[in-house]
Amino acid sequence: MHETAFLIGQIFNGFSVASLFIMAALGLALSFGLMRVINMAHGEMLMLGGYLAYLTLLVVPGPLGILVAMPVAFIGAALLGAVLELTVIHRLSARPLDTLLATWGVSLILQQAARNLFGAIGVQVVAPSWLNHTISFSTGILSGLTLPDTRLFILAVAALILGGVALLINKTRLGLYVRAVNQDRPIAAALGVNARLIDLCVFALGTGVAGLAGVILALLGPVTPTVGQSYIVPAFLVVILGGLGSLVGTTIASIMVGLFTALIEIYVDVSVAQVLLLAFVILFIQIRPQGVIAVRSRALEG
Amino acid sequence: MTMRKLGLAAALLASTALGLAAPAHAEGTVKVGVLQSLSGTMAISEVPLEDAELLAIDQLNAKGGVLGKKIVPVVEDGASDPAIFAQKATKLLQQDKVVTVFGGWTSASRKAMLPVFQRLHGLLWYPVQFEGNECSPNIMYSGAQPNQQALPALEWAEKQGYKKIFLVGSDYVYPRTANLILKKHIKHDGLTLSGEEYVPLGGTDFSSIIAEIQRTKPDIIINTLNGDSNVSFFKQMAAAGMTPDKMPVMSFSIAEPEAKAMGPSLLAGSYTSWNYFQSLPGKMNADFVAAYKAKYGKDSVVDDPMVHGYEDVMIWAKAAEKAGSFDPKKVRNAAIALGFVDSPLGEVKFDPNQSMVQKAYIGELQPDGQFKIIWSSPKPIKPQPYDPLTFPGKTCGAHSNF
Amino acid sequence: MKPASLITILTLALGAAAPWLISSYELSLLGRFLAFSLVALGIMLTWGEGGILSLGQGVFFGLGGYALAMNLKLAGLNLANGDMPDFMQWSGVSALPGFWYPFANPWFSLVCVVLVPGIFAAAFSWLVFRRRIGGVYFALITQALALAFATLLVSEQAFTGGFNGLTDFSTFAGHDITSQGAARVIYLITFLLVVASYFFLRWLLGTRFGTMLRATRDGENRVRFLGHNPLPYKVVAFTLAGMLSGMGGALFTLHAGVISPALVGVVPSIEMVVWVAVGGRNVLWGAIAGTLLVNFAKDEISSALPSLWLYALGGLFILAVSFLPGGIAGLFTTPRMPRFFQRRRQEAAE
Repeated sequence: MHETAFLIGQIFNGFSVASLFIMAALGLALSFGLMRVINMAHGEMLMLGGYLAYLTLLVVPGPLGILVAMPVAFIGAALLGAVLELTVIHRLSARPLDTLLATWGVSLILQQAARNLFGAIGVQVVAPSWLNHTISFSTGILSGLTLPDTRLFILAVAALILGGVALLINKTRLGLYVRAVNQDRPIAAALGVNARLIDLCVFALGTGVAGLAGVILALLGPVTPTVGQSYIVPAFLVVILGGLGSLVGTTIASIMVGLFTALIEIYVDVSVAQVLLLAFVILFIQIRPQGVIAVRSRALEG
Repeated sequence: MTMRKLGLAAALLASTALGLAAPAHAEGTVKVGVLQSLSGTMAISEVPLEDAELLAIDQLNAKGGVLGKKIVPVVEDGASDPAIFAQKATKLLQQDKVVTVFGGWTSASRKAMLPVFQRLHGLLWYPVQFEGNECSPNIMYSGAQPNQQALPALEWAEKQGYKKIFLVGSDYVYPRTANLILKKHIKHDGLTLSGEEYVPLGGTDFSSIIAEIQRTKPDIIINTLNGDSNVSFFKQMAAAGMTPDKMPVMSFSIAEPEAKAMGPSLLAGSYTSWNYFQSLPGKMNADFVAAYKAKYGKDSVVDDPMVHGYEDVMIWAKAAEKAGSFDPKKVRNAAIALGFVDSPLGEVKFDPNQSMVQKAYIGELQPDGQFKIIWSSPKPIKPQPYDPLTFPGKTCGAHSNF
Repeated sequence: MKPASLITILTLALGAAAPWLISSYELSLLGRFLAFSLVALGIMLTWGEGGILSLGQGVFFGLGGYALAMNLKLAGLNLANGDMPDFMQWSGVSALPGFWYPFANPWFSLVCVVLVPGIFAAAFSWLVFRRRIGGVYFALITQALALAFATLLVSEQAFTGGFNGLTDFSTFAGHDITSQGAARVIYLITFLLVVASYFFLRWLLGTRFGTMLRATRDGENRVRFLGHNPLPYKVVAFTLAGMLSGMGGALFTLHAGVISPALVGVVPSIEMVVWVAVGGRNVLWGAIAGTLLVNFAKDEISSALPSLWLYALGGLFILAVSFLPGGIAGLFTTPRMPRFFQRRRQEAAE
């Protein structure tokens, strides 16, 4: 295998990992920008998506089951997100640190519920056979490079979600309200925007995207009660790097994290790569404490 | 499962309460500790093991107990935390005054309990395969030593003509040490090491490692990944076009329950090495599997650590009968003096170094989730806690102290 | 005598007499949980008084615990002879790594128990607070720190003992630490350190430092507008909390006979915050009481009903922060400020 092909393969892997982070972190970043709260139970939305994929595949087996599972998981996780927002998050939204702790409690309960419902050992979600192919290069400098269809599919889904959310925020009336509340909540509210409802919608949208991401993750990994925990800490780092609730910032930050990990793993093992990633984040915020993209806001304390 | 656990807990509470209320009955009973993780990351594996240990105790009680006494299990939760294992071991020995303890899974839990058992002169029966390099007079090691699982697997791979070997594992003690031993033997036997990679426990991304496998093109992968990481590994290998039929994988941590949960379709055709498979022939095994299913549901499966946990209890009972006493030291000596006993695993016995003499088997996973036994060691293998090639000059003899 | 001081004296007397009142197993539990309560005091200082939520106190707990455990592991080895701790042999290490050598000296080790977490906490918090990163960001970064620290401990098995951690200790500075008598002495040392830390923090929070810390919590920008630099107060508070955690970790290691990555990662770190949330984040005795209460409850419940325990822990967390932000201690202390100001303070608090 050619060294160039290996390097290009790693860059592809970096983008592939980045696409997972985008989907996992998007909802976190959106509601963080709007409400300044972090939902520690966000990882459990990924988990919920995985289990909903499992249940959907029981009802709709066959090659297209996974395509049915995606909207099902989106709706299921969005509904649970809405319930969470109405019961816990809204009540505490003036105290972001307490929200963080309370949602951690929620995440523990959701994990244990999954354990009791489906068993601790996890359930089986099989990738459909139309994803069981690879694109292989056998000539030229790319000789030996293999691109799995599953990963290409995931990249495509992430791009679609990102495009959809960008359209929603930038081109629709709802998006206009979201941007208005983001910039200046009291004035937006004074001008008749129902900021409460916007909070709820954005939060549910974010958890819905996480649920959808959970279906995608099930193609590459296990569906277990604790699956969300393995993605949530990198997702937090993405939010920190990305800046307050910026879509572009989150995307760039995901790609930075994905590429950084994939390239550094050529030289060091995965455990050390994790430590270096944190060091990278701490160094980065020395230079740009406001993240990749600084969103202008009239709030003094962010 | 929860309801069963609740029921169990209630029964235990009730039995303790009864025991307190009516001390007269305590005359005819003997307490043993069962210490596994009932919560936390390891509960997945340890709860079924606890079930198997309790099954053995039930069966013994049904036949009148040991030395005429009914066995009362005191169940504690190690919570997947070595410090809690040490704490609960202390409680069992000091507070509950149990005569022996069955338990532990991770080496971390065993290492943390070891000083407690030495200090309080207790006896621990440890049922899981491990990396060796330890022999305590206070522990009976029934799980495989490296020369009873990892090395037979390498020997088998060599006989199949596999020359280039890739090692992938979770980043913790067992994989690192097992691979250290394997590397010595790979070099000694003139084979090639294609690569050696680790992911953190619970790691889910294998893209870089798979790129490395594609680059080095090994003949076989020896996999010491733990738990969920296996699912990610096999799924991402399949996505990259390397299913077990195209790229052979030998795993040390996948047994029947894992295969069942991960989906046999994903793993079918992959190999694994153990001292026991549910599919082993023999009446003892058939009876054990039937009894387990009768108690815990017909869909349940059994695996190597569970049967070791079960057999530990049985051998403890035999040894106590032979010694005519529950004294841990006498029981230990009697267990070694017992010689070969018939068990679901076949003929096994404890060596003077307190590890189990047992056969090794290689199984190939079938689409139905069971393993087809494709190789077995010609006779039971004597346990070697220290691999002579890797750790020259270190041995484990018989203990006289306690 | 006021009832409050009566209770204080009674608690102190009971605590000091505990080794002769309860069984040796209960004493070992109490000692362990008191060691935890040093961590809780640190969290009360940073989170309750400083508004800085750290989800990575396990890191400092671990640094302290490992600093002492390295000495305990070397005790009885003949280093000149090339002896090594057992785990290094099966990890394929040929000679004791250089940074282990100084830990053969018990006094160096003891100094490191406090100094290493202190220096690390100071450097880390200065780097982060300097760029005015606080609140939720800080909580998330400390959580990543806990994950990275635990991962590193596990992966550097040859130097740290890996997933197994360090265990099997027998002597410290030539004294046997496994005997019944030693257990009592270790308990009493723990008890004394908790009491001393309690009174030290009580004094500290009454000084100008305490006032500034609370002012920073309630309105960091206002503090800046008034011409003060909040940075030193935050860094000092976080450093003190780190040192308290380190002390707690070392004492825990003595009581439990083991320190391992399972005690320092993300989940244990956040559980430490639960103790304080339940006990009361603004009251020193609340932090201690919460630690003891949650841990004794865990010990009782988790064995009998392990799955119930996780529901209970999650529910406890939600209930405590949603409905009882003052924790249990909040039920007993009367608000010193009129309601109006209290509400304002809560809203302004990060």
